[in-house]
Amino acid sequence: MNPEPQKNSIFKVIGASSLGTLIEWYDFYIFGSLATIIGSQLFPADAGASALINTLAIFAAGFIVRPFGALVFGRLGDLIGRKHTFLLTLVLMGGSTFLIGLIPSYSSIGYAAPILVLILRLIQGLALGGEYGGAATYVAEHAPANKRGFFTSWIQTTATGGLFLSLGIIVLTKNLLGAEDFAAWGWRVPFLLSILLVGVSIYIRMKMHESPMFTKLKTEGNISKNPLKESFSNKANFKMVLLALFGATMGQGVIWYTGQFYAQSFIENTCKVDFNDSRYILLWGIAFATPFFVIFGSWSDKVGRKWIMLTGMLLGIIFYRPIYQIFLDDTDVTRIEQKDIKEVSNPVVTRTLIENTSDSLISTTSQVSLLNGASFTKIQAHTKYADLSKPASISPDVFKDKKLSTPVFWKFVFLIFFQILLVTMVYGPIAAFLVELFPTKIRYTSMSLPYHVGNGVFGGLVPFIATLIASFSGSTPLSGLWYPIGIAALSFVIGAVYLSNKKPDHGEADH
Amino acid sequence: MNGLKKALGIFWIILGPASIIFMFMQAIEKVGLAEEGVHKTNTALQWGIILFIFIPISAGLVVFGYYALKGEYDKLPED
Repeated sequence: MNPEPQKNSIFKVIGASSLGTLIEWYDFYIFGSLATIIGSQLFPADAGASALINTLAIFAAGFIVRPFGALVFGRLGDLIGRKHTFLLTLVLMGGSTFLIGLIPSYSSIGYAAPILVLILRLIQGLALGGEYGGAATYVAEHAPANKRGFFTSWIQTTATGGLFLSLGIIVLTKNLLGAEDFAAWGWRVPFLLSILLVGVSIYIRMKMHESPMFTKLKTEGNISKNPLKESFSNKANFKMVLLALFGATMGQGVIWYTGQFYAQSFIENTCKVDFNDSRYILLWGIAFATPFFVIFGSWSDKVGRKWIMLTGMLLGIIFYRPIYQIFLDDTDVTRIEQKDIKEVSNPVVTRTLIENTSDSLISTTSQVSLLNGASFTKIQAHTKYADLSKPASISPDVFKDKKLSTPVFWKFVFLIFFQILLVTMVYGPIAAFLVELFPTKIRYTSMSLPYHVGNGVFGGLVPFIATLIASFSGSTPLSGLWYPIGIAALSFVIGAVYLSNKKPDHGEADH
Repeated sequence: MNGLKKALGIFWIILGPASIIFMFMQAIEKVGLAEEGVHKTNTALQWGIILFIFIPISAGLVVFGYYALKGEYDKLPED
């Protein structure tokens, strides 16, 4: 059994592990948040070639390299120990992030720039695949059995914390430098800053000791000779890997991505809410919901992990469509009545010649302010043909840069908070749940793979599959939600039928 | 409950290949619809990666269903 560690030492373990993991998530997210600027600075102007490199960077890093990293570093962690392995992932992640910030632009070094970005992004994916399992295992192996949920839930806050930090630093840098300088060179600052954060984290982690359970195994000569074989060739263990994936991490992955990424993207791109407003809504939602990772993690020590995680999935299945319908309804400016309009700015008319024709596109842009404090940009466009006998074709009005009224802004914050609350329900207890499914000697390998397939593949595919579903005939803006709802429902059924609701007890033996 | 676990096992065994067939059909349709040139290559690459990663996952679902059908999940180690 795990000896009860002193309070000070366990909080040092949690602090050192969580800080490093938070920085790894920060590193991973700033690339995603700054993808557009990276594309314009480091990728060729040719849209096709650029899209190809982007596909490799996003798809390969998220879907192939992350699970591969889980296998590579999981194996290493079960062979040489948790501490050195997750130190290595931190160095790889921090180093590659820092180097992305130093890559000269495409105009200076040509195709070497996107190739370097791609290589460094793949290293990031590899490192991320190895980090989480190590940190969760390391903390869990220091924690008493009846407090694993509470202690590992701190690790669970780091993914959301990393997203918060990345958004915060990007917004802060942009506001300090101004949009022009930020686009020219300021976008490199969040990447370069990473080296400082990683340096501090490495210093702290270097001072930590190896996990007591792994040390015990090593002293007794019981460490695994071939963790990959023992994890995936041994039926008794492999069936638990499959159960962890289909009954828990698969559903958790889609709930996680929908609440934190799809929601923001939907508000910004489908509802056309202003860039800053959509980010502030997410930041507030994250800030209010993050403590619940620890609350649900801790609660899972008392009532078991299973039903907390499954309730999070079930609430997502029930409430996603009504929530997103509210997003659509509250940003639908076509419902606004004349009496609600405070002011309409003087229209600005622009005429653009359509390429390879003598026809022109005439757009009329005006700013509309409402009495409730909301505002938006309205663009009316029509094509004027050179052949005057043809009548002008009028395009549907476009509404964008919507700024929300204060009550609607906070209503959206609440709805995002609610979605992230569901994330905390499925994600808060999951590290403890995964750790408890597998024996110490192959734990790092066995838990890392289902986690990264669930999150990286099922979760990471939310935007792609949602867009795919939206392309089907008869689809609506809400059709994309059928993917996370369907996967969460599948995972809910498997989890409800096959998982057992284990409640840790004080005298439980570690295996 | 054990009867339900086994019965659902058959469903998982069918769902694995069914999902891959559906994805293949989607891949063929979407690659076919893409514009010639880099766009087609890009769409093919995206679907290639998705199929590459989902084939083993679907195989895993079949194995999961098989284990369920054989009663491997009737009693878990922690029960």
